[in-house]
Amino acid sequence: MTLDEFRSAAESLRRDGPAQVAAAGTLDAWTEARNHLVGRTSGRLSELMTALGTLPKEDRREAGLLANSVKQELEALLDARHVELLRAQQQGPSIDPTMPGRADWQGTVHPVSLVIDEVVDIFRELGFTIALGPEAEHPWYNFGALNFPADHPAMDLHDTLYLDDLVLRTHTSPVQVRTLQQYPPPIRILAPGNVYRADPFDASHAPMFAQVEGLVVDEGITFADLKATLTRFANRFFGETKTRFRPSYFPFTEPSAEMDVLCGVCKGSGCPVCKHSGWVEILGSGMVHPAVLENAGIDSEKYTGWAFGMGPARTALARHGIPDIRILYDSDVRFLEQFAR
Amino acid sequence: MNLSHEWLKAFVPHTLAAEQVRDLLTAHVATVEGFERLRADLAPFVVARVVETEKVPDTKLSFNKVDDGSGTLLEVVCGAPNVTAGAVYPFARSGTMMPAGFKIEKKKIRGFTSNGMLCSAAELGLGEDHAGILELTTDAAPGTPLLEVLPLGDVRLVLDVLPNRPDLLSHLGVARELSALTGVPMVNPDAAHAAPVVDVTRDAREVRGGGATVRLEDADGCPQYLGAVIRGITVAPSPAWLRERVEAAGVRSINNVVDVTNAILHGLGQPMHAFDLGTLAEQTVVIRRARAGEKIRTLDGVERALTPEMTMIADATHSIAVAGVMGGENTEVKGTTTDLFLEVAYFDPRRTRKTRRALGLSTDASYRFERGIDPAGLVSAMRAAIGMIIAVAGGRVDGGILGVGAEPAPRSAVALRPSRVRTVLGAEVSLALITQYLTSVGFAVQPAGEALTVTPPSWRNDVTREVDLIEEVARLHGYDKLPDTIEAYRPTTVPDHPLYLTGRRVRDALVGAGLAEVRPMPFVKGDDASHWRVTNPLADDEPHLRTTILESLARRAEYNLTRMLGDIRMFEVGSVFLGKGKGQGVLEEVRVGVLMMGARHPQHFADGAPAAIDAWDVKGLAERVARAAFPGVAVTLVPGDDGALWTIAAGERVVGAVTRVALDAPVWATPAFGVELTLGEMPLAYVAKPRTSAHAGVRPPMAPPAPAVRYTPLPVTPAAAFDLALLVPDAMRAAEVERVLRTSGGDMLESLVVFDEFRGAGVPDGMRSIAWRLTFRHPERTLRDKEIDGRRSQLLKSLENQLGVKPRTA
Repeated sequence: MTLDEFRSAAESLRRDGPAQVAAAGTLDAWTEARNHLVGRTSGRLSELMTALGTLPKEDRREAGLLANSVKQELEALLDARHVELLRAQQQGPSIDPTMPGRADWQGTVHPVSLVIDEVVDIFRELGFTIALGPEAEHPWYNFGALNFPADHPAMDLHDTLYLDDLVLRTHTSPVQVRTLQQYPPPIRILAPGNVYRADPFDASHAPMFAQVEGLVVDEGITFADLKATLTRFANRFFGETKTRFRPSYFPFTEPSAEMDVLCGVCKGSGCPVCKHSGWVEILGSGMVHPAVLENAGIDSEKYTGWAFGMGPARTALARHGIPDIRILYDSDVRFLEQFAR
Repeated sequence: MNLSHEWLKAFVPHTLAAEQVRDLLTAHVATVEGFERLRADLAPFVVARVVETEKVPDTKLSFNKVDDGSGTLLEVVCGAPNVTAGAVYPFARSGTMMPAGFKIEKKKIRGFTSNGMLCSAAELGLGEDHAGILELTTDAAPGTPLLEVLPLGDVRLVLDVLPNRPDLLSHLGVARELSALTGVPMVNPDAAHAAPVVDVTRDAREVRGGGATVRLEDADGCPQYLGAVIRGITVAPSPAWLRERVEAAGVRSINNVVDVTNAILHGLGQPMHAFDLGTLAEQTVVIRRARAGEKIRTLDGVERALTPEMTMIADATHSIAVAGVMGGENTEVKGTTTDLFLEVAYFDPRRTRKTRRALGLSTDASYRFERGIDPAGLVSAMRAAIGMIIAVAGGRVDGGILGVGAEPAPRSAVALRPSRVRTVLGAEVSLALITQYLTSVGFAVQPAGEALTVTPPSWRNDVTREVDLIEEVARLHGYDKLPDTIEAYRPTTVPDHPLYLTGRRVRDALVGAGLAEVRPMPFVKGDDASHWRVTNPLADDEPHLRTTILESLARRAEYNLTRMLGDIRMFEVGSVFLGKGKGQGVLEEVRVGVLMMGARHPQHFADGAPAAIDAWDVKGLAERVARAAFPGVAVTLVPGDDGALWTIAAGERVVGAVTRVALDAPVWATPAFGVELTLGEMPLAYVAKPRTSAHAGVRPPMAPPAPAVRYTPLPVTPAAAFDLALLVPDAMRAAEVERVLRTSGGDMLESLVVFDEFRGAGVPDGMRSIAWRLTFRHPERTLRDKEIDGRRSQLLKSLENQLGVKPRTA
């Protein structure tokens, strides 16, 4: 080989090398390219080095410098490419960022429970704890202890499902009496739970539904306290609103009051939702009847109290725009999924 | 209770608008839940003047120019004979909907365009007169709405009367409240047709007069009874004023006699009945208990069987009415009736209630008797009825009013301490104001030292305690005027119910695991042997209470499957009702139930089709739920027998099971699995005997806090691990192998994890290869390879010796 031929071979390697390095898209291809270009045994550079020995002595210095500079250039390119490929391998294959992420099933809380939770949270701020009681109940706890006169039209307000000598409780108020018998005042409790009525199952009635009961008993508890606490609840639950208290009747409270809030749709000016009254009924309440305290063995001269009860299902229907109460019971998974948070 | 605004005004001549009456009653008395303008259909009609009229020859028609106040005269064709220029008439502009249900259209008649209609009384639904159009006597300008000219704009107020206030079931009763609230005194609306005062002849048992005999044999069922004979009446349609009254109350007009009885019921709250005297055997009326087997055909044409628990009205031979509920058909007032026997009575509330329930027959009368009418109002009601009947049907009273039974005792006085008013209401209401409020609604108030002695009026049977009077003060003062101040409070003595806290933890765990909470009803098909039956179930196909949550969830899953929805993961925290057939009554437990089926994950493009939920998913979930339910307690899933895949133990107690759930499922559905876990009992027992408490005023001690997690020091030495693939016979449980691995693994065995199970090539039939990864660690130093190899040989020897299990050789 002449020096010119050597030069030409070296320049050819310098010309081709970068393209081959750049074309190596994987680490395996890179190894192949490296072996082909600068491999110790069969690479093109090693061929040059072998040829170097065949050159006339006076040409070897120049040829050696040339071969060395080509080698350094190629190795620099190969190293850079190697780093690129390693980095790409760490990052994995390139992704199409518009493809969907991997989701898992999402659990949901029933809309009626969502309302109960909110009520519970608000009353917890006001120092209430949670009490529970049985759904199959003694008639005394459901009626007698709560001052229902025997065989009186007041009983017609509670169409009752019976279980031999028990009843399926018609309200959560029996928990009031159980709690008063078990714990001394001061009492501030909330009692959520299911209650039963012999109402046919239709778009607006269900034979079983949830109720939330509240009870406060201590010395010095007044109707002013009832109004203030329930108004505070209403403002927390519905956002700033107004409340209205109307005379009502429950055998176990006196004075008894229904609490209304401003209609959320018309803000009080009257619309079909509120039957043009401007108000929507939220809960029943009243001062605990002294007979109830006496029936639980509590001194009704010393202690006073107030209680309320509300139906979270009705609130759930209204706030979510659910037109038929039966949907709450059907448990259609497409319905339940709508309450994912 | 339907109230007529106009009728109330006849009792209390106030000047309030119906809306103001509604608001006053709602704020102070009882809620007005309905508000209806009775002739709203007449709202579009106006007063119009006929300016010119011209007869069309050979027809009944006239062409008219009419001023309806619009500024242009309208051409109107009219068929009535009495059109007079200059007179004013009710006018329907074109487009107006007529009460009969058709719309007035603009139309061409004989070349004239008719732009509306001049109306007759009949066309407006105001009577029978359609001989001509209705000439109005008014100064009102053309264009004035007709309702402003004619007194037709009555408003019906529907009052929601609750069971404690039967006195509000009449116009009189509501008028008393309105009078108190407005300060406008009451007047007698019937003064125009009052008869001369009729005297009362009374006896405890029997009275005769006017040819009739009244005998009281059941003073318990009927403490007081008044009768009166009226002879020579003429049954006819009612005059307009009477018809309007009963119709305003929502009652259909029948005839003048029946309408009077209804006017007395809705006006004064006293139910009454009129018998055709000529049909009464021996003109005798007996109030007695029914005889066994006795029957009566009531006014509604239904034959009804009576029992001795019921009070009856009878003549000398037959029953003629079910006391307080409904009269008999055979003594009904008919068009030919000339002589009446009027009944005004007080029937016992409880007796009436039992009777109407037994007969399944609720009437306006029974509704009032069972709530309690005014026992002192009978005589005035009878006098009003007599006066009204004579005014509308003629006739005369024969023999005066015949009264049997006892006159009512005055109501017991109740003491009221003004200090107690403050204690309950949190407001200072002056003694003068308290007295004024109570007096305004008929209470007699006497000062008695610091307190007041208050006697309720005869019509208020609901006031027997001091707190009843406080309620009167509160409502008359106005709930909205009472203060609403939030006071500092003392903390409650009641801890959170543990089952509430457990339920919330369980719910959070399950929602976090991708399940949906449901709240189905607990009624199931069930059977009498194992399920409690609801005595009066609403649905005959689901008369029982459930004994498992899964019964409810299975039906809900099937509901979804019929809608082609097969990815079902739902749970409920709720009550089940056990103990049927065990002889100790209902045992209520709070449980969580879980039902799962369908895909394990939502589909993702990178993973291929997701696998179906299998037993391992549910086993894992069950462990997670049980740990959430019983924190700090060891949870184990024990291989089940008896249909359960596993039973769940918390500590030593079995608390639930994992099962396959049998469903009525379509072929495409994947297998369903269930978890049912008892969270706790909800005891039914009495906390304490009635009228006592269990605490004697002392707060029970607080429960100890839940056990806290103990910190395990983090390792500072490296672990060494190796895998063991073992050939395990199908009949041998992996747990047996694990037991040997653990006991022979020594102190340094840190963890033991199954990572593979394999059947097939290289594994003998009846065997499987199970692979475990064992991780060892010495707390203080690095383990040497030799130690690990030695432990491996040791383990293989133990397995071989104790179980005959060998490694799967490569």
